[in-house]
Amino acid sequence: MKNKRLLSFVIKLILFTLVASFFAWSFKSGYYQLIIDDSEGFIFLLKQHINMVLLSILLAIVLAIPMGILVTRPKFQKLQWLFMNIANLGQTIPSLAILALAMTWMGIGFKPAVFALFLYSLLPILRNTVAGIKSIDPNLLDAAKGIGYTPAQILLKIELPNAAYPIMAGIRTAVVINIGTAALAYLVGGGGLGDWIFTGIMMRDNSYLLSGAIPVTLLALLADQLVRFIEKLVISKGLRQSITISD
Amino acid sequence: MIKFDQVTKVYGDKVKAVDNVSFDVPEGNIVVFLGPSGCGKTTTLRMVNRLETITDGKIFVNGTDVNSLNEIELRRKIGYVIQHNGLFPNMTIEDNVMAVPNLIGWDRKKKADRYKYLMDLVGLNPDEYRKRYPHELSGGQQQRVGIARAMAADPPVMLMDEPFGALDPVIRTRIQNEFLQIQQEVKKTILFVSHDIDEAIKMGDAIAIFQNGKLMQYDSPSELLAHPKNEFVREFVGKDRALKSLSLHTVEDLISERMLRKLDGNENSNKKTISVETNLRDALSILLNQEADQLVVQANNKLVGAMKIDDVEAYLHQHIK
Ligand SMILES: Nc1ncnc2c1ncn2[C@@H]1O[C@H](COP(=O)(O)OP(=O)(O)O)[C@@H](O)[C@H]1O
Ligand SMILES: [Mg+2]
Repeated sequence: MKNKRLLSFVIKLILFTLVASFFAWSFKSGYYQLIIDDSEGFIFLLKQHINMVLLSILLAIVLAIPMGILVTRPKFQKLQWLFMNIANLGQTIPSLAILALAMTWMGIGFKPAVFALFLYSLLPILRNTVAGIKSIDPNLLDAAKGIGYTPAQILLKIELPNAAYPIMAGIRTAVVINIGTAALAYLVGGGGLGDWIFTGIMMRDNSYLLSGAIPVTLLALLADQLVRFIEKLVISKGLRQSITISD
Repeated sequence: MIKFDQVTKVYGDKVKAVDNVSFDVPEGNIVVFLGPSGCGKTTTLRMVNRLETITDGKIFVNGTDVNSLNEIELRRKIGYVIQHNGLFPNMTIEDNVMAVPNLIGWDRKKKADRYKYLMDLVGLNPDEYRKRYPHELSGGQQQRVGIARAMAADPPVMLMDEPFGALDPVIRTRIQNEFLQIQQEVKKTILFVSHDIDEAIKMGDAIAIFQNGKLMQYDSPSELLAHPKNEFVREFVGKDRALKSLSLHTVEDLISERMLRKLDGNENSNKKTISVETNLRDALSILLNQEADQLVVQANNKLVGAMKIDDVEAYLHQHIK
């Protein structure tokens, strides 16, 4: 136990040192000068990137959560298998292929990029919504029904609040994956920080490469923290790690 | 108050979980549904608030066929307690207790008063627990909250499915006693599922004992113990039914029949003081465990006399067979 903790500490330390020295090196080499020199261009791409992610995630939430609710209703139980398989299929197709498919249908630009990202975010949210609702203790639902909650009240006051943790975790996963995947939008002319990353790759220019890639990484970390903060606000305190108490 | 009229429940088209059951539950009584696992107790209970449909027959609550009522309205007027209390982990204790009043839209003042009354009733400090969550409470405390929640809108009828079944024996005994005390005050009509004969004897004004969905016997605990109707009931009640029925009688009952002895003056004799309200089973077990050779009986802090094993035995022979 103690050894394990020590080991994980050492690994963290090594990683941290590597990352820190990488930053020191890249700063000293002036690779981020581009962000300052072309700050207008940077902000434009950053905005594009964030817009793509936000829009696709919002669309995914608006579709996946109701879908998850629908397929966990007893009446539609049979649909669950179908929906999960479709969503799974969506996830198995490589993101590049989805982009390509979206492009053949919607042309190039912002739209196919958002569409592809949206498809890609559906599964984590849908899967977690379904798993979260299904994992609720049946005794809770029985108690709620037994004291006179209507089905809608059970959904809104019992099922969703008690499944909030997995649902939010699904959204968080989708956001983080999406921020990375959105870099591919460049390929269909969707813009975003991918423009600089791919320019950097093609011109073998570390300046472009890092001025695109590092902000994407930081954005993902920031978004992860932001969603965690929102989780604290929307998830009931009663669902925090439970402690067992004896009489 | 509650009437079962030839009630049958068939699951699918094979499993006859409840088979043509009829009986009446008078107002203010606790009736315990007793029997081995799978005999249909829970199903019988759940048909009353229509958590299960009734395949055949009728159930009346307060003279009204439950099937003629809106099921949501019906459930809000019937208290419901289950074994694993079913408290909502996302809600505070106050919101849990006030779940039904919130559904039916009581005003703030009425809710606040009721919350305080209920928490006091079940022995929890209203303010201390108001903002806490179920996971911060022990099993016994959670079950008290579960009972408070069931009584929130003051329903005349309560359904309780093995409410104390998951508690350890010491806590269970304490909560049983507290609940009987609460019942003295609130006088609800209660259907109470149990698979424990001792609990049934203790809690029940009457016991309905089931086997394979059929009602075997419906009687007061003392009748059930004294005259089991058939082999199954005799078997279920146990060979020590005479002993069990002692718990239905108190030292006071014994005194009303027999004069107590004078206190044995022997210095060496081992004495223990008990009150007249002690039940005879507990009295006997003190004597048998050799905690004392004779029991000194007290009423209102005054000595009444002493009793020994022979007295209990004589009473047993006279009253219980
Ligand atoms: N939802 C259900 N579907 C099918 N059979 C059931 C269902 N609920 C209970 N049963 C069956 O009905 C019988 C009575 O069950 P139950 O009322 O739960 O018994 P008890 O509460 O006395 O243990 C059992 O044989 C059980 O398997
Ligand atoms: Mg049962």
